Amino acid sequence: MPKSKIVYERSEGLSLMDNSYCPGCTHGIIHKLVAESLVELELLERTIGISSVGCSALNYDFFSCDMQQAPHGRAPAVATGIKRVRPNSIIFTYQGDGDLASIGIAEAIHAAHRSENITIVFVNNAIYGMTGGQMSPTTLLGQKTTTSPDGRTKAQGLPLRIAEMMATIPGATYVERVSVHNPQHVAKAKKALKKAFSIQKENKGFTLIEFISTCPVNWGMTPKDAVDWAVDNMIPYYPLGVFKDATVGEEK
Amino acid sequence: MAKVLMKGNEAMALAAIKAGCDAFYGYPITPQNELPEYLSKHMALNGRVFVQSESEVAAINMVYGAAGAGARALTSSSSPGIALKQEGISYMAGAELPGVIINVMRGGPGLGGIQPSQGDYKQITRGGGNGDYYLYSLAPESLQEAVDLIKESFDIADYFRNPVMIAVDGLIGQMMEPVTFDNETPKWELEPKTWAADGDRSNREKNVINSLYLDPLMLEKHNLKLKAKYDVMRDKHQRYEMINVKDAEIVIVAYGSMARIARTSIEILEEKGIKCGMIRPITIFPFPDKAFRELQDSVKNILVVEMSTGQMLEDVKIANECERPIHFYGRVGGIVPEAEEVVSQVLKIIGGEDNA
Repeated sequence: MPKSKIVYERSEGLSLMDNSYCPGCTHGIIHKLVAESLVELELLERTIGISSVGCSALNYDFFSCDMQQAPHGRAPAVATGIKRVRPNSIIFTYQGDGDLASIGIAEAIHAAHRSENITIVFVNNAIYGMTGGQMSPTTLLGQKTTTSPDGRTKAQGLPLRIAEMMATIPGATYVERVSVHNPQHVAKAKKALKKAFSIQKENKGFTLIEFISTCPVNWGMTPKDAVDWAVDNMIPYYPLGVFKDATVGEEK
Repeated sequence: MAKVLMKGNEAMALAAIKAGCDAFYGYPITPQNELPEYLSKHMALNGRVFVQSESEVAAINMVYGAAGAGARALTSSSSPGIALKQEGISYMAGAELPGVIINVMRGGPGLGGIQPSQGDYKQITRGGGNGDYYLYSLAPESLQEAVDLIKESFDIADYFRNPVMIAVDGLIGQMMEPVTFDNETPKWELEPKTWAADGDRSNREKNVINSLYLDPLMLEKHNLKLKAKYDVMRDKHQRYEMINVKDAEIVIVAYGSMARIARTSIEILEEKGIKCGMIRPITIFPFPDKAFRELQDSVKNILVVEMSTGQMLEDVKIANECERPIHFYGRVGGIVPEAEEVVSQVLKIIGGEDNA
C-alpha cells in the first residue's frame, strides 16, 4: 500500500464551526491565513482575537483561540485594553472598511499613534456587507451601492487609502496592503501576516495588513467577476505593497 | 496609616490602587482631572497600567478589553464623558464583565457647566446605554465613604460580573478632607475568573467574551439571566442609612453631598424643636425602597432634596407607594443648596405652606 502524505488540512487555528460568509467572499481565505500564520509561528495558544461589527462579527466562533467581540469600530481600543494588561499575549483585530475606516478611524489611528503592540487585519471590500451593501469610505468613485445608487461622486468623498494614511503615523511599525485574488498573492499575503505577527512577538509595535477583498453579493457579481473587478478596479486605486517598515535596517 | 489630608479625586484614585486595580484608562474632563493625573504617576510606581485614551469611547472600550482579559479595570469621567461611555458600559453589562466607573458629576444637559450636580441620577440608575441592564451604583457622601466604597467596589463588580458606578459630584471630587485607607471593608466571596479570554490556554478550552445573541430565544434567556442578577441586587444588596428617623415628623431623602448638607439642616431643625430624620440612599441602584417600610407612623411628610430638578424623586414616589405626601426641593446649574435653604423648606411644609 502506498504511503499517503497529508499535503493540506484545515488549520488548527480555525474551529470546526461552519462560517457564515457568502459564497465567493474572500473572508474565508483571510481567516485561513490568519489561523495558519498563528499556528506556524506557534502563537495560537496565547492569542486573543478581537471580532468587530460587520460580516466578521461572528468570527469569535470561527477561530480556535480566545476571542472578544468588540463594539463597532472599537476593536483597536479593546485590543489596547487587553494588550496592556496581558503583554505576553498576541492580539489581532479583524475589521472591515466600515468598521475601521469609518466609525472606528479614531481608534485605529490612535492605536498606531501609541504604537500598540497589536496587529490589525483590515479587510477592505469597499462596501458595508453585513448591513446590505451601503457606501463605505473606501467605496470607489462611480461604484454603485444602496446609498450611492447612481455611483459614488466626489461630493460623497474620495475613497480613503487606509494603508497609505496609517503609514504616515510615526508610531506605525509595519503597514502592508495585500490581495488574495490568486494563489501567488495568497502566499504573499500570508508572508505579510507572518511578518506582522513576528514584529508583534518581538514587541516592536503596531502592525496593519490591509487585504483587498470582494463582496460578490453586494457588488452584484459572480465570485469570478468579483475577483476580476477587484483586480481591475480596486488594485489600481489601492496599490499593493509595503507602505511602512520601521524594522528595515535594524538587524543589519 | 493615620489619616491623611487629601483632595477627593486623588483619594479616590489611591483607593482604587489599594483595591488592586490593575489598569486605568481615561480621558481628561473637569472636574475629575486630578484622578487620572494622580494615577498617571502612581499606577506606574505600583507596576500597574495607565493609559490616557484618545476619547471617552476608547477609554471604556479599553476597560471592556482589560476586563475581558480578567484584569481589574477602572475609568473615571464626568457627566458628558459618562454619556459617551454608555456604548462600552452596555457591552460590559451584556458580556457580564466587571469594572468600575467613577462619575464625578457636573451640571448639564449638553456641555452644561463644571460645578457640582446630581443631574446624572437617571443616566446612572437606568442603565444608561441600550438594552435591559443596570449598574450597581454607589453614592458616597464623604471622601471617607468614597474611599471605603471604591476599595470594595472592585469586589462587588467581580462578584456580580457587572460594572459598578461610583456616583459622586464635583464637590466630593474637589474638596479636601482627612481620610484613612485602613478601614475594613466587607468581604465578598469571589470565584476565579475561569471565563476570562486572557490568552492563556495552557489549561483550558478557548474563552469568548461576547454580547451578541442573534437567536431571540437565546437573547431572551440571556436577558432573564441578567435580570435575575439585578433582582438579587434589589433583594439583598440595598444600602442606606437611617438618620434620626425615630419619632421624626418629617423625613428628608437625599444622597451624596446633598445628604451631608441635610445633616446640618437636621441639626438646625433639632435646635428649633423639630424632629426631622433622613433616609440616605448609599446605593442609588438598587434604590433602597426597603428604607421606606421602616418609617414610623410619626412621619407625616417626606422631602426629597437633590441637586437636580427631581430625578430621584420618581424613585421615592415608587418606594413611598402613596403612603405619605412627598415634597421636593432642588437647586441646579451647579448651585449647591445651603443647609438653611433645606431648613426653610421643612418649616414651610410643617407650616402647611408647601402642598405636596
